[in-house]
Amino acid sequence: MGGKKSKLSARKKILIVDDSELNRSLLSDMLADDFTIMEAENGMEALAILREHELEISLMLLDIVMPVMDGFDVLATMNHTGWIKTVPVIMISAETGGSYIDRAYDLGAIDYISRPFDERTVKHRVMSNFMLSIKHKEMSDMLSDQIFEKEKDNSLMIEILSHIVEFRNGESGLHVLHVHSMTEMILRALVAKTDKYPLSVKDIHLIGNASALHDIGKISIPSEVLNKPGRFTKEEFEIMKAHTVEGAKMLSDIPFRKNEALIRVGYEICRWHHERYDGNGYPDGLKGDEIPISAQAVSIADVYDALTSKRVYKDAYPSDVAVKMILNGECGVFNPVLLECLSDIADDLEKELHTLSFGHATDSGIRDTVSHVLKSSGADVSNRTIRLMEHERMKSEYLADISREIIFEYIESPEMLKLAEWGAEQLGIPVKIMNPTENSLLLNIFSKDDITDLLNKIKNTTPENPVVSEKYLLNINGVKKWNKIMAKAMWNNDESPEFDGAVGKIVDIDDETAAMESLQERADHDARTGLLNYNAAKKRITELLATGRSRRFALVYFDLDNLKTANDVYGHLFGDELIEAIAGRMKDNIRSTDIAARFGGDEFMIFMEYKDTVVPQVKRIFERLTQKYKDFDVSVSMGIACTEKFIGNYDDLFNMADAAMYTVKHSTKNAYLFYDDSMDSLLQSKKD
Amino acid sequence: MTVKECYAEMGANYDDVVSRLRTDERIAKFLGKILNDGSFELLKKSLDEKNLEEAFRAAHTLKGVCMNMSLTKLQASASKLTEALRGRTEYGEDIDPLFIAVRDDYEYTMSCIRKLPVA
Repeated sequence: MGGKKSKLSARKKILIVDDSELNRSLLSDMLADDFTIMEAENGMEALAILREHELEISLMLLDIVMPVMDGFDVLATMNHTGWIKTVPVIMISAETGGSYIDRAYDLGAIDYISRPFDERTVKHRVMSNFMLSIKHKEMSDMLSDQIFEKEKDNSLMIEILSHIVEFRNGESGLHVLHVHSMTEMILRALVAKTDKYPLSVKDIHLIGNASALHDIGKISIPSEVLNKPGRFTKEEFEIMKAHTVEGAKMLSDIPFRKNEALIRVGYEICRWHHERYDGNGYPDGLKGDEIPISAQAVSIADVYDALTSKRVYKDAYPSDVAVKMILNGECGVFNPVLLECLSDIADDLEKELHTLSFGHATDSGIRDTVSHVLKSSGADVSNRTIRLMEHERMKSEYLADISREIIFEYIESPEMLKLAEWGAEQLGIPVKIMNPTENSLLLNIFSKDDITDLLNKIKNTTPENPVVSEKYLLNINGVKKWNKIMAKAMWNNDESPEFDGAVGKIVDIDDETAAMESLQERADHDARTGLLNYNAAKKRITELLATGRSRRFALVYFDLDNLKTANDVYGHLFGDELIEAIAGRMKDNIRSTDIAARFGGDEFMIFMEYKDTVVPQVKRIFERLTQKYKDFDVSVSMGIACTEKFIGNYDDLFNMADAAMYTVKHSTKNAYLFYDDSMDSLLQSKKD
Repeated sequence: MTVKECYAEMGANYDDVVSRLRTDERIAKFLGKILNDGSFELLKKSLDEKNLEEAFRAAHTLKGVCMNMSLTKLQASASKLTEALRGRTEYGEDIDPLFIAVRDDYEYTMSCIRKLPVA
């Protein structure tokens, strides 16, 4: 492989499909001087390569007996997808039985090279089949070039001109589209009727496109004249007439483009679409066929559309009336043959023109023609298209690379996952993975449940709403990190859309998640002591209370009796220290599952679970809290409420503890007391 | 030992292979590849596991490789086994002797190839 490449070979790619590495390299050895070689070791791999490189592959050499998927299945699939039309297949099997060969030919193989491989035979067969397919491609390219020219001119012109007309003229932009369609209809009728005007299909398209230019000269007419509602004065009419010469001049003044057919025909139409067959038109008073046929056709279309459109000074005439008026010479004299054509198409006119809309025009004008020509000629996609696609691929690969994001593509059938190179490197997996949901490398990173979940979500989207965004914990190079996966499902364009696959990216949000968590953490905690604040504690306690009535919890609520004394005697710094020390004692004497909170000031709360009785725990905590801090006697009033035989929410429980604490505060202080029914009245008064 | 002598020793057709592949270097290069070709091992393993479909494919591949390299003797025994395995669903007594013939030819052929300086 990799022999020196001749100049031609840049685009000559051959796909060799054989399960034996030796056979593949033997063939590639013979062909590497003239072709770029791609290899696949079974049918499934071949389809994966075809899916991606169909348009670049000039020829495929295909074995029959292979594991995973055999050559007949490859041919059958290629018939199904239509690839058989673009990629010529030569069979290379060791099978020489007539039935095998027949079946391969029936499935669209074009030639058969039997073993043993002979270098001259292989080269000759491959080269001659290749040349045949090149000829075929060249022919279809010629067709495609025409289509592309049309597409390019068409869409651009119509877009620009209908806007100019719309803005300046107060006429609807549909006028341009109507004139365009009708001009083509008249000319098609004309060539069907007589060969006096030898116009090709391409010429008619060109005149149709150029017809959009007919009124561009109006851009130079002052708008008070152009949009004047009433009749023109003689002077004003002279100004109006000038739009013909002005339009023609605009085109002939375009530098460097004088010889473009579109400009040339556009010039004729602009200048002479108000001429009349008897010489009574303007600006030049041309007569008969001195007027180019393009301008003659446009002038009829122009008049017809003016008649059938509503104007400030007149109503719209019905189509049949308008046709009659033209035939009767009420709008000037026209070429009798063209008038015959007008009669011929009269019945179709209304239907054709009045179903036109902008969307319709751009769609039908371009897409229909392209698909029609492609279909009728059975043409392949042109080299230009291949170049465009290669270009697109290079672009997206480069963008994927510099974006430093993990970009992927999922393809439904044959099922595979493709990653841009940078992403594959980051994940430490190949750029292409067949049957991704079974691939152990991938499953290491992305758990099977998560992959299945993601794929289901993507497949359950709709063409209108195809985007999915989900967070998953991925194991990347042994480190578990949160990642966000954003993906867009690709639905094909059919009437009943089918799922084709998806594209998307994987973004590491671990730092983001960590930052969010730390923010949450900070929001939940009291800055001085690191204990939970009131809201966070309430939220967590409410959650715990909801976990079931069988668990027993105690809510311990207390405040310092003598913080004011501490502040007054030892200063505020000492007071702050004391608060921190109390918080430290709380943390030291509860379990990690318990909740400790400070409500600001000198009020604190502990919420803890217990088994049989909570009394010893409370006693111990109380004793620790009230130990001396430095030489200061710490005094605490504490109330406790238990969830045993209690039905209520957090607030009820807290009020009970508060009532108990209140009772202590107003008696001995520096003690703890459990809530009991005797405090019921106190509780009621607090509630009120 | 030259490629020609090697072919004589293996019971293979040198004239045929050189007419198709053109040079001794290329022939030697691809003979070397046969040493690394896994078809025979796959054949043996598939037969051990009674996976007849896989065995057929492996024998078929081995046969194809032999055809390409004009290894006439090995090709003949591989071909017989391939035909015995074609479309086969049940293991039979005829298979073992056919496989033994392939194995003997294969090992002898490989031993000859190993004597080539380039291989």
